[in-house]
Formats: sequence, structure tokens, C-alpha cells
Amino acid sequence: MEAILLQLFNGLSLGSILLLIALGLAITFGLMNVINMAHGELIMIGAYAAYVVQLLFLTYLPEGMFSWYFIFALPASFLLAAFFGWLLELSVIRHLYGRPLDSLLATFGAGLILQQLARTIFGAPNVGVQSPTFLAGTIEIFTLSIPASRLFILLLVAACVGFMFYYFYKTKSGMRIRAVMQNRKMASSLGINTRRVDSTTFAIGAGFAGVAGTVLTLIGPIGPTLGTAYIVDAFMVVVVGGVGMLIGTVASALGIGMFNTIFEYVTNASMGRVLVFILIILVLQWRPNGLFHLRTRSLD
Amino acid sequence: MCFTPSNKALSFVFICFLFTLAACQDGSSDSVEAEDTPADVQEAEDAEDLDEEQIPVGILHSLSGTMAMSETSVRDSELLAIEEINDNGGVLGKELVPIIEDGASDWPTFAERADKLLQEDEVPVIFGGWTSASRKAMQPVVEGHNGLLFYPVQYEGMEASPNIFYNGAAPNQQITPAIDWLMEEKGDDIFLIGSDYVFPRIANQAVNEQVEDAGGTIVEEQYTPLDHTDYNTIIARIREADPDVIFNTLNGDSNVAFFKQLYDAGITADEIPVLSVSVAEEEVQGIGSEVIEGHYASWNYYQSLGTDENIEFVERFQETYGEDRVVGDPIEAGYFMVHLWAKAVEEAGTTDTDEVRKAADGIEFAAPGGPVEINGENQHVSKTVRIGEVQEDGQFEQVWKSDEPVEPDPFLEEYDWASGLSEIVTDED
Repeated sequence: MEAILLQLFNGLSLGSILLLIALGLAITFGLMNVINMAHGELIMIGAYAAYVVQLLFLTYLPEGMFSWYFIFALPASFLLAAFFGWLLELSVIRHLYGRPLDSLLATFGAGLILQQLARTIFGAPNVGVQSPTFLAGTIEIFTLSIPASRLFILLLVAACVGFMFYYFYKTKSGMRIRAVMQNRKMASSLGINTRRVDSTTFAIGAGFAGVAGTVLTLIGPIGPTLGTAYIVDAFMVVVVGGVGMLIGTVASALGIGMFNTIFEYVTNASMGRVLVFILIILVLQWRPNGLFHLRTRSLD
Repeated sequence: MCFTPSNKALSFVFICFLFTLAACQDGSSDSVEAEDTPADVQEAEDAEDLDEEQIPVGILHSLSGTMAMSETSVRDSELLAIEEINDNGGVLGKELVPIIEDGASDWPTFAERADKLLQEDEVPVIFGGWTSASRKAMQPVVEGHNGLLFYPVQYEGMEASPNIFYNGAAPNQQITPAIDWLMEEKGDDIFLIGSDYVFPRIANQAVNEQVEDAGGTIVEEQYTPLDHTDYNTIIARIREADPDVIFNTLNGDSNVAFFKQLYDAGITADEIPVLSVSVAEEEVQGIGSEVIEGHYASWNYYQSLGTDENIEFVERFQETYGEDRVVGDPIEAGYFMVHLWAKAVEEAGTTDTDEVRKAADGIEFAAPGGPVEINGENQHVSKTVRIGEVQEDGQFEQVWKSDEPVEPDPFLEEYDWASGLSEIVTDED
């Protein structure tokens, strides 16, 4: 029983990590239809932002303050990644709207540039980020001992998703974004500055990738090629969930996380991965547009 | 949004620009990093720039892509050795001029670049490779041109190409003694974890035989894809199996995820120690020393060794490349193998492959990790085996070492329990 409960938590935890890396992509790819291959590199930028903030804390602040670096790293990584995203949109992507294949190639190239940039600045080997002390160790819940960092990630992702739903469905600027993405011409004729909406939206998506990067420093490596390990998973989550549907991204991330953990538990890691992809192929046969699909009358 | 022709053209130009940039970035990684290569080693783009008094030598490592994090440092130590040799009058009175190529973490690229080095630049030797896949890609090329490859990394054994000198540990110089030590010191129930590719699977075949022969138990054997990042399920299995010790053949970034998550799950080194064979000083930095402190590794060399040769080597390396740099086993092997080759050439009196191969038997060098000697029969080197424990500062403290350099035995012929292994492996090839 305990083992089963622990596996359920592990599934939930993996799902939350998948959701976190896919959140930004759900915006840039899901809403904006840009096949953003540089998404992984935006995650990497977030991770290095955490590294830099940590270094600053180590150098300039007393030791007792150290653990708080993480609280500062979250907004810092959001802003830095958002800035790079904004730059990317301004220089490359805005010329490529409506041409997904071109944007695929261009963002892939931009990703390579960012990787090499990181390698030039920080060196090729991985760098270490020390987890804050309040996230070390385990927390006892009933009979389960759960890593504190995993629980923190779960809560943080829940907060991020809550914020995104609020932003996109309740605030004016969020609704403007959805209006532009669903019918650009009509939104434009109603006086919305679609150009500005495009760049803000992309920057927000990039910002969430940055937050994911900071969080991933808790559980994984930090190096120039960090993004490549997550890019496939991120696209997988968004595609399965249904392009353009936030709720679909949430459902598919949790579903894939859960099934991946179960499959891995009953077989092994390599086989589990194969089974997950078989399952995804089946799901996409059954629902070619993903689990959730936005019905519109517009012709894409 | 509608696109006018000029708009399209503009974007096309942008893409071209981007790709040129990307290409420049990749191609120029040599020159970018050349800033921190030793100042007085002259590099050549190709052999045409050279005169009679110079010998071109090839250096072929991944300077971009996923393996760049490990291989760039080996390139650095090879250049350091070349500088030392040139400072002492070169080889056969001629100056060595490195020609550096980027294998780009891509195995066909390794084969193609090796071909270019041997055929166009006519280098007598290539120092290079890291993964077994890159070595296997270069093997037919060096054999076809009858060139020489000096390979710096520990590997799974079961190989002896006449054109390759293996300077990393063979299994009996790293894994076999480590298992002996574990069973003696830490317990008989062993959990095997590794990346899902050739090296861990072949290495673990031997480990299985050895442990069984010694009366221990492999409680479980798990493999994860390269780049795997979620180890919660594996850790749950570790908890259930409750082994005395974990033997770890994970490679690359997976190690970071594995150790961080093991630490977060509250499994300490006192409870279940992990012994790794692919985690050296540089990897410890990426993992974070507080996370991996108290766990073990098996290598032939540690930066912390107190020998005179080593203190001098570390000093020179850090002087050249920066105080914050660390060295490790493959970096040391990259350094001494250049010296071994140079000595073999001096002995042979020529850079001709066949002559050098003949002269190489018994060539010795006082390496930072203790004396090394080429075994002419299997073209591996004898070297000292050392087990180290990770300390708070990220360095290893040696907790055990072999009394003398261990003779290489790539096919594990000296061990009865391994009798069935080499056939299996040869069949699979």
C-alpha cells in the first residue's frame, strides 16, 4: 500500500515537472502557433539565472541569508528569460508568424546560438547550484516520507497554473491575448494593438520557461545543453493536451507523468518510455487534435 | 497576417543570418576557446602551413554538443603536454603542431574528421575520443589508413585494435577491484544502476559474474536512457530492495539528477553508499559536493594525490587555464598519453605507425597518477587503481589503492569467472 501511494505521488510529481516545462510552451506554441525550438534554451537561461543569483548571494551576503537566494531567483529567471524571449520575438519570430516550418528552423538556430553563448560565458562543464536548506530532506505525510523539494515544486506549479488561468481568463490583457490568438483580424479591427500583444505573449511564455529552469536546478543538471533534455517532453505534453488549450496541457502533463511512473515501475525506465509513446500514439489516433480541442469557425 | 514578397525575403535573410551565426558559433569554438589554450603552442588550421621542422598531430574531441562538457578539458591537457614537449626540444628535434578538430558529439563526424586528419593533414597520430561510440566510429578509419589513435578514457574492455592505444582503465583496472573492495568493506547485496547503452551493460555482465563468483547478490539491475532526469521510481526500487551498496555506471548528466534526487529522498552515504565509475572531479562540481559527499568513485587518478608529479601537473594546469579549473582521471590520461606517444616516437626514431607500435612496448612515464607503462601486447597501459571518497570541498580522498600498477587485462583473461564473457561480447559485435 505504501509503495503504491509513494508511486502515485511520484507520478504526480513527475506530472508537475512536465507541466512546468510545458507551461511556457503552451503559450508560445499552444496559443501563438510558433514551433519554438528554443524553448529548451529559455529554460536553460532560467537555470543559469538561478546560478548567477546564487553566486551573488554567496559573494555579497552573509551565510545565513543564503537559502533565500531561491526566492529571488524565481522572479529574476522569469524576467531574464522573458527579456530573451522578447528579443527573440522582436528579431526573428515576428517575421515568421503563420509560417510554422520556418519558425521551427529559425528558433532551432537561435537555440544553438544561446547554447554556445552559455558555453562561452559559463564554460562547457555543468555548474553546481546548491539547493536552499529549507528544501532539503524529507517531509513525513501520514506514513510517507516525501522529498521536500518535490512537494515545493508541486505547490509552485499549482500556483503558476492558477496564475495563468486567472491571467488569461479574468484579466483584460489576458483576454486581449486570447482574442488576438483566436481571431487576429477581428481583434485588430476592434482596436487591439496586435503587434504589442504578440510580443508580450511571447515574453510571458519565455518567462515561464525561465521559472521552470530555476526549479529544475533543484533536481537536475545545469549546463549549456540542459534544454535539449526537456524539449521533446515539453512538445509532447502540449501536443497531447491539445494545442491552444491550457486545461489540456494540465491534463496531459499529469496523465503522462502518472502513466510514465506506472509503466516504469512495472517494467523499467527504457521500456516505460517506449510504452508511454505507444500510449501517446494511440491517444492521438483517437483524438488527432489532442485531448482538448478548441472549436472555432475560423479557417486556419 | 499577410506576407508581401519583401517581407518574405526579409525573413529569409534573417534565417540565413541566424544560421550563419550558428555556424560561426560552432566553427569558431576553437578560436573562442583558443584564448585559454597555452600561449606558446602554435596551432595550425591544416598541414599546409607547416614546414619540414614541424610534426602535425591531430586532436579530435567534441568541442560542441553534449560531450563538450567533458571533452574540452581533455583537449586542454593534451595541449599542455604538447607545450611541455615543445619546450623541451620537441620530438626528434621537431616541433609538434596540434591540428584541432571538433567531433561535435556526433559519431559520424568523428569518423569523418579522423579521415580528414589522417588523409589531408597526414598526422601520424590522433589524440581523441571519449565515448565508446566515438572510438568505435574512428576505429575503422585509423585501421584503414594505418594511423594511430590514442584514447584517454576508461571503457568496457573486450577490444584490442592494432591502431589504438588505450590509455584509460580496462575493466580490471577500475571495475573489478572496485567490486572486490565494495564486497569486502561495504556488504554483499549490490544494486546495479547504469545508463542504457553499451558500456554499462557490458561492464555489468562482468560484474554479475564476479559478484556471483564471490558469493554476493545482485539485488537488482536497472538501466535508464541517457539524459534520463527523473529517478524517483528508481529510488523507490532502491528503498524496496534495500541493498548494502549501489554500483553506478550512469553516464553524463543523469548522474546529477540521480545524486540530487537520492539526496532529497534522504538516502545518505552512510546508509547506502554509491560507488561510481564515471564521476570525476568535474562531475562532482556539477552535482554539488554537499549532495555527493561521502560517496565513492573508482579511478586511477585524483587531483588530490600528493605526488610531486601531480602537484606540478595541477599547478601547471591551473596556471594555464585558471585557478577554478579542476582535473580528473581522463584529463590526466590525456596528458600522459601525449608524453607516452612522444617517448615511443623518440625510441622508434620515426613517426611511422608500424615502427612506433613496435617501439611502444615497455615505454614508461612518471604520470601524475603514478608510473604508467605501455603493454605492447594489448596496447593498454598498466596503472594504479584507486578508490576515493568525495569530500566536502568536492575533492576525492583516496581510501584504497592497489599496491603497484595493475597490468591491463582488457579481456579479463586472468579471471576464471569471466571465461564466458569475451565470447558473448564478440558474438554481439
